[in-house]
Amino acid sequence: MAEALRTSRDSRRAYPLVSDSWRTYRMVAGMWIRSTMTYRSSFALTLVTSFCVTFFDFVVILLMFGQVRGLGGFSFAEVALLYGTTGTSFGLADLTMGSLQRMGKRVRDGSLDTFLMRPAPLLAQVAADKFALRRFGRVAQGLLVLVWALVLLDVAWTPVKVLLLPVMLVSGAVIFAAVMVLGASALFWMQDAAEVTSSFTYGGNTLLQYPPTIFAQELVRGVVFVVPLAFVNWLPALYVLGRPAPAGVPGWAVFASPLVAAVCCGVAGIAWRAGIRSYRSTGS
Amino acid sequence: MLRLYATVAAGGFRRHATYRVATAAGVFTNTVFGFILSYTYIALWDERPQLGGYSMDDALAYVWIGQALITVCGLMGGGFEDELIERIRTGDIAVDLYRPADLQAWWFSANLGRSAYQLLGRGVVPMAVGALVFDFTLPSGPGTWLAFLVAVALGSTVSFAIWYLVAMSAFWLLDGQGVVQVAWLGGLFFSGMLLPLNVFPGALGELARVLPWASMLQVPADVYLGKYEGWRGLAGAYAFQGCWAVVLFGAGRAAQAAATRKVVVQGG
Repeated sequence: MAEALRTSRDSRRAYPLVSDSWRTYRMVAGMWIRSTMTYRSSFALTLVTSFCVTFFDFVVILLMFGQVRGLGGFSFAEVALLYGTTGTSFGLADLTMGSLQRMGKRVRDGSLDTFLMRPAPLLAQVAADKFALRRFGRVAQGLLVLVWALVLLDVAWTPVKVLLLPVMLVSGAVIFAAVMVLGASALFWMQDAAEVTSSFTYGGNTLLQYPPTIFAQELVRGVVFVVPLAFVNWLPALYVLGRPAPAGVPGWAVFASPLVAAVCCGVAGIAWRAGIRSYRSTGS
Repeated sequence: MLRLYATVAAGGFRRHATYRVATAAGVFTNTVFGFILSYTYIALWDERPQLGGYSMDDALAYVWIGQALITVCGLMGGGFEDELIERIRTGDIAVDLYRPADLQAWWFSANLGRSAYQLLGRGVVPMAVGALVFDFTLPSGPGTWLAFLVAVALGSTVSFAIWYLVAMSAFWLLDGQGVVQVAWLGGLFFSGMLLPLNVFPGALGELARVLPWASMLQVPADVYLGKYEGWRGLAGAYAFQGCWAVVLFGAGRAAQAAATRKVVVQGG
């Protein structure tokens, strides 16, 4: 078994082609979508609830603003912009990479071996495993709030600000996705540690819904310099809203999201490869 | 018979105690969320002191009680329903039904053991960290701690009854994911996990406070904060939780009886 695994791994490219990964991802995801559609009523229910779960999340902010006029000096429309941007980015990452958090089970029971035997990039296989189309509900809800925020906001739009919006959404999604891959890499060593990743993904998403002004300065610095979640939406959104960047953060950082996203991908890629190399199967 | 269920409960405790890394990861996550929520509550209570009758210290205590009880009172999933649903879906449930023990009592005992472990393993540490950092309201004495523990036990029982009922739906639907999600959503919102129920406005607040989910976090938290006055107030709170427990247990039994009488177990 170990022999077979090694040869299959060696025969594969160290750096799988993007087109290979994409093809694998599409095939596996398509299979799971067809499988989900077998239980149509259940799918409809889960899609609606996925939308509602995130919507209730937003109801909390609505309820808060029923009691107050501003949070940390930010108006409702401004908080809605933060919510909509991180919600959409996180939704996109969750839709495409959310299955990674369940990989620990496959490492523990050894069913990851099956994946390694197939002549297809592992990351694409695991990420598309149990692909859940219902998670699109989260993306839809994030976009809805974003549009609402853009209607309400009173911002002097410049071409740069307009361009920054889609850049922010895509970079944000990539940063979240990289954090998910990084978390999944750790599962090769600690199969039960998936929840730690949740505190950066789900937790990060919750954090970024609120203005940075309400959090302790050390916490804000932590998500700028250590786990660069602030680049998902805080820093670019502050620029869009015409507000100053948090203390100690250089001015150009508001445009650095794509760069940070690229670096995150690099780190996640290295961690993933280290993880695969250390994989030893269950031995049974 | 009682010895059997005690053994099952002990087994539930030990089973969950095996996963130490998962417990540590859970504690970490609960603590991180506790921090994030604390800052949002501070911002909210800064603007509106005494919101919902809570002082800022009360509100912060509420945040960390919520984090401590997530798994104990099944605020975001009961922790056993996926397994039960899977057994129903695959047909393994037939084996369980053959056992000389009651299905509901069996799972209740196992869940009791799980809750007890989660309270010790995942409840205590985040609570202590929160208390050290945010210096929130602590119960006035050992009596209040005891009263709180009783409310938590009742809340955990109501939670079990709800999730058991949810799992029973799998006998008819086979794929329980949809119902689980709906129950998850209801629990998340109406337990007060996202925002204390006494901050909910008007009719929504009144509705939320009489639904069964209120017994899982809001009531235990209010007992902790000493919001019920005297023995009568406390007895009223327990009666509220107890009534929902009895009603939902009964509903679970009825569903179970209907399922085992009518439904053909999945073969394969």
